Amino acid sequence: MSIYKDITVNGLWKQNPGLVQLLGLCPTLAVTSTVVNGLSLGLATTLVMAASNGAISPVRKFIPSEIRVPVFILVIAALVTVIDLSINAFALQLHKVLGIFIPLIVVNCIVLARVESFAAKNEPAPAIFDGFMMGMGLTVVLGLLGAMRELIGKGTLFSGLDLIFGENAKQFVLTVIPDYHGFLLAVLPPGAFLGLGILIAIRNWLEIKNSAKNKTIALEPANTQMAPSHSH
Amino acid sequence: MSESIIKHTVKTAATMLAFALVGTFMLAYVFETTRAPIEKSEADARVALFKQILPDERYYATNNEGHHENGLLLNNVIEIAPNALLGNKTSTKAHFANIDKKFAAIILEAIAHDGYGGDIKLLIAIREDGTLSGVRVLSHKETPGLGDYIDIAHSNWIKLFNQESIKYTPAEQWKVKKDGGKFDYMAGATITPRAVVNAVHKALIYYEKNKHLLHDLAEQKSAAKHHTKDDE
Repeated sequence: MSIYKDITVNGLWKQNPGLVQLLGLCPTLAVTSTVVNGLSLGLATTLVMAASNGAISPVRKFIPSEIRVPVFILVIAALVTVIDLSINAFALQLHKVLGIFIPLIVVNCIVLARVESFAAKNEPAPAIFDGFMMGMGLTVVLGLLGAMRELIGKGTLFSGLDLIFGENAKQFVLTVIPDYHGFLLAVLPPGAFLGLGILIAIRNWLEIKNSAKNKTIALEPANTQMAPSHSH
Repeated sequence: MSESIIKHTVKTAATMLAFALVGTFMLAYVFETTRAPIEKSEADARVALFKQILPDERYYATNNEGHHENGLLLNNVIEIAPNALLGNKTSTKAHFANIDKKFAAIILEAIAHDGYGGDIKLLIAIREDGTLSGVRVLSHKETPGLGDYIDIAHSNWIKLFNQESIKYTPAEQWKVKKDGGKFDYMAGATITPRAVVNAVHKALIYYEKNKHLLHDLAEQKSAAKHHTKDDE
């Protein structure tokens, strides 16, 4: 199994940042009131993670271990600011939607966690790929959680798409349940906790089912297991 | 022994400094290159907002040389000192529009402090005769899906104020229907519209009390501007 396949499986499933590592819960819970918000923040975080992993990995040997955390934070904060300014300058509509959440990516511990546990120990190419895949894993979770909350809370999907792609995108907004009066709990923060709990439960259930199947069939000894990159 | 500790300390500090310097230069560069586009897109966004609440084309007319005939609305600014009727605790900018050097309309910023989720910032456009041209919510922290219908992105409720004035609607009618006034509200959220109706009413009272002063200031400013031909 190649290292890239391992990274993909880890990012999307085994070590999924949103469902397994449970890092970066603040944005996960705060922005996922709609699919569009969730996916947008997920993609912005992916960009930051790939960039920060890519920035740290080539210089990892020059960073003394005593000051590695301040250096990582410095690099991540600088990159987030660069991305924030760029989005503000060239995609104002998107900036309006994500506005206050982009600076918050700095304090999303998943970014620091991947730099510390992967980029600081690996070559640039796998490091960038790891940042990208971890980001995609988070994006999928944010999108799913956003979809659940938007559907139950407002009866629509993809509302707010016009804020990113202009007025024309309004036609892509799906009104799944017409004349829906809304279920406020799903839109408010408690709905985010409940939704995330349900997603984690589903993932664990699938995982247990999967491993039970593997045991009975016993294809081969479980040598595919990687040393889990430790999470907090 | 101690020499090697000092050497190590200096090296570590130098590394930290190097990263800080590189980060600072990168940020300075990006800040400089994105400043102009950000200013432009923010100005565009403000003009788009002004056009929503002050749609009259005459305010935006340009002559052959591309100069705004009546002065660019963005640059026609009067400072408004803190005032209880407007709810501003620091001085804010009001934008005025003249037509043929006569005062025609003003855009006031008002803050309602009694929203359900905190302050609600409003942009209120008033014509010379004291009628409302339009109102928009600049920022609010009302409950999503409940009190956020005051925002034009969620419903047209805010358009109820178009053409309203304190002459047309007596003071006791400047309330939501639940309180015996004339303004509609949506079931489940009365605190939010109550705050907005109240703030708009108070802004109209402010205009009525200060209109002569505001007219004079606006006409003086535009005369001075015309003199220096500095209307961009």
